[in-house]
Amino acid sequence: MREPALPQLAARHLSKAFNGVRAVDAVSFSIPDGAFLALLGPSGCGKTTLLRMIAGLEKPDGGELLFDDVAVAGPRGVLPPEARRLGMVFQSYALWPNMTVRGNIEFGLKVQKLAPDERRRRIEEVLEVVGLSGYAARRPHELSGGQRQRVALARSLALRPGLILLDEPLANLDAHLREAMLAEFRRLHSVSGATFIFVTHDQEEAMAVATHVAVMHRGRLEQVGTPEDLYRRPQSEVVARFIGRGRTLPVEVLASADGLCTLDLAGAVLKVAGHAPAGPGWLCFHASDLSPAPQRGPLAGQLAGQLAGEVVNQIFQNGVYASELAPLGIDVETISLALPERLAPGTRVEVQLSGGWVIPRRSSATPTLAGGTPATARSPA
Amino acid sequence: MAAETAGPRIRRAPATAPGPRKETLGGERLLLGLVLAYVLFTTFWPLAELFSAALRPGEDGRTLGLMRDVLASRATGRALWGSLVTSGLAVALSTVLGVGLAFAVSLIRLRSPAALVFLILTPLLIPSQTMALAWIELAGSGSPILGALGLAPAPGSANPLYSTGGIALVMGIEHMPLVFIATRAALRTVPADLIEAARVIGVPRHRIAASVVLPLVAPSILAGALLAFTAAIGNFGVPALLGIPGRVSVLTTLIYQRLNGFGPSAAGQVAVLALIMTVLAAAALALRSLALRRLAVPLPAGRPFEPSRSSPVGEIVLWLVVLVIAVMPLAALVMTALLPAIGVRFGLDTASLAQFAAVLANAAVRRAFANSLLLSAGCALVAVVVAVPFAYLAVRRPGWLVRALDVGVEAPWVVPGTVVALGMILAFLPPLPLIGVSLYGTLAILLIAYLARFLPLVLRPVTAAAQTADPALDEAARIVGAGLARRLACVFLPGVLPAAVAGAMLVVMTALNELTLSALLWSSGHETIGVMVFALQYEGNSTAAAAVAVLSTGLVFALCAAANAGARWLPERILPWRQ
Repeated sequence: MREPALPQLAARHLSKAFNGVRAVDAVSFSIPDGAFLALLGPSGCGKTTLLRMIAGLEKPDGGELLFDDVAVAGPRGVLPPEARRLGMVFQSYALWPNMTVRGNIEFGLKVQKLAPDERRRRIEEVLEVVGLSGYAARRPHELSGGQRQRVALARSLALRPGLILLDEPLANLDAHLREAMLAEFRRLHSVSGATFIFVTHDQEEAMAVATHVAVMHRGRLEQVGTPEDLYRRPQSEVVARFIGRGRTLPVEVLASADGLCTLDLAGAVLKVAGHAPAGPGWLCFHASDLSPAPQRGPLAGQLAGQLAGEVVNQIFQNGVYASELAPLGIDVETISLALPERLAPGTRVEVQLSGGWVIPRRSSATPTLAGGTPATARSPA
Repeated sequence: MAAETAGPRIRRAPATAPGPRKETLGGERLLLGLVLAYVLFTTFWPLAELFSAALRPGEDGRTLGLMRDVLASRATGRALWGSLVTSGLAVALSTVLGVGLAFAVSLIRLRSPAALVFLILTPLLIPSQTMALAWIELAGSGSPILGALGLAPAPGSANPLYSTGGIALVMGIEHMPLVFIATRAALRTVPADLIEAARVIGVPRHRIAASVVLPLVAPSILAGALLAFTAAIGNFGVPALLGIPGRVSVLTTLIYQRLNGFGPSAAGQVAVLALIMTVLAAAALALRSLALRRLAVPLPAGRPFEPSRSSPVGEIVLWLVVLVIAVMPLAALVMTALLPAIGVRFGLDTASLAQFAAVLANAAVRRAFANSLLLSAGCALVAVVVAVPFAYLAVRRPGWLVRALDVGVEAPWVVPGTVVALGMILAFLPPLPLIGVSLYGTLAILLIAYLARFLPLVLRPVTAAAQTADPALDEAARIVGAGLARRLACVFLPGVLPAAVAGAMLVVMTALNELTLSALLWSSGHETIGVMVFALQYEGNSTAAAAVAVLSTGLVFALCAAANAGARWLPERILPWRQ
């Protein structure tokens, strides 16, 4: 038995450039054994390159990659994918078209010189796990997209690797199948006990399956954390805006103590959770943190944490008016919230902030890492 | 991990803890080394020998003395002039015929366009010595067809094709398909909109063809014509059969005659002539790529023009032209082959299979067939074995060395065959280092020459097929731990097999009737079919030559038919004409 606290996969300052463009830029993280990590980011952020370096299909320019504390890539050499003993599901599934389903699964087992009996047992086992018993004699072109996906998974699982990499595995499936496959991934993750790393550009997908989500942006790792961490406690402006379509407002932090920041928002002084030191900061929040303040009555205009804005635009959606407000006194883009009624453009609305999180502005955005890997020094780009 | 989840539980494999080690590219390095050695041996070394021979100092030690002497000689001047004139006239004919036929086929609605196009392309499929022989039989005083029409030259008079004009005529028709293919492909990319726009504003049809369509396809026509020029400069079969008896000297036949007269020791001297041919061919190809890149206008994509108007007169003229250029010469050849002896008039009463029986009973002819079959099959097999890993490296592991090799192996296909053959003599006449055996005078030198020249015929389609394959297939095999040899055999090869087989068939069909290389490299006991046709005609035994030519052409068609019949046992998409 392995110590549960031991990180199974760790990267230190991992970098890779293509034609002078830094695709992966000094990325450091570590994930514990058995985790389900989603690498999340917009296309071109370097997440697939990072995954391919973990697989051994790309050679890093610098930095180190460790499996179970053993370097598989680093200054002393690079272990080729053939010797890494991991599983990978490709975006195109990469099923060998000249082999049957059985042949696709058996190929790796033959390569690993397993006895015929053992091979047959494993093929039956993984086909049952992915629900494709009876399809062993089919060829890849005779299968649907979802079935091909399952064969690709079965092929990876048959070798019983400790680490399975999934490169945008749902990109080629329709929305309905995606839901089903996400549930399947969760189930297979718990059945196999392997560590899964899942690359996606879709945060809904990432949030739905992953125990840990790593947000990447322009080759850099912005933050690794649980889905709730990312949503409630973003560590950078990029993460705050990306996750859940969050909004950020520039504020001045006046004081900070006990995880609460006192800040000045367009003249109003309020207290919001966060660890930002006094100075410029970002107030991060989501549409769900905003609600209209009571406009009439004894408390009107007296509650702390209020913000005023003018209605710019409204759309009737899901039973409420999704409204865009131009905040008064702050020179920023619009903020959005749900209002119960239609209001004329220009109407002043008082808004109440019921959550939020404060981070320093122009932060160095050093990602804190699950498992406590040391912080990363960023090379100037 | 909790074990209460439903379904069978998969146990974790024990973690392996391999220490860091060098990336195992050892297999790929070895493969690259083998490919490099192969290309150096079959291609770069012979060509380098040729160039160094051509650039040698003269007998008095002057720099480039040999080149100066050869360039100053009258024979060189005559041959160069002959090459330029015959090729220039041939290209003019190829261009007029090719462009005319391409426009006619594209603009007239035809009843059977496929049959017509196939017949237009036949001159390309028939080896040049067979083509020359067919025209000799058609135009000679004993012509079975012209004789029947009363148009044959008087008996005893020289064949009118034994002349500069004759060479140009036959080469012009032989290379016409090159211009035809280029023009037709370009015509297909002209959007119908452009033609319709001209018709709407009232431009008459002939003006549309001349002022709208022609300028758009002109760069492609020029490119096709330059390709035909390169082919004409390197053509050996036609000037050998027509020019040697007609005393018309061109570069390819001058090299052949010098080597025949003075033996392989003259190879160094004629290397200069080969260099001139290479320069001419390279200049034409450079101009061609310039024409395609600089002159070509980017065309908008659109529905291609479909001919809607039928023209009975045009169609009859078209069929007559095709009859003259493709059907009549071959008919004359077959009729000659059916004659029992030279000088006999062709008729139903005189026709017999005696010539076929005679040539098949001849040990040298049978040996030639065996040699050609062995050489072409062996060449196809080796080319596949080399091309598959070569294409793997070129597509999956591109680097400067692989790219250089990829361009380099094209050279023997692009330069005239005579140049390749000379390089082979220069490289392999001296005993090989280490083993001390000379390959000259063996079948091996022919095989190496064929391999150098025909490798691109397999490598191109295989590389193209490999480029369309998903690179993840190879990566997925690496992930499950498969080494290079296993990935090549089980993942890469199945994907490119159809292309490799198609390329191999093309090699067999081309190599079976090869003459240019064989004429310089054959030796007694190691004749090929092409050499046999040439030698029989040279001896004056034209009916036997015709019989061998008919047999070899029939053999190629029989191989096609056999492959066609066996198509259902082959993987899909393997035969080029069944797509």
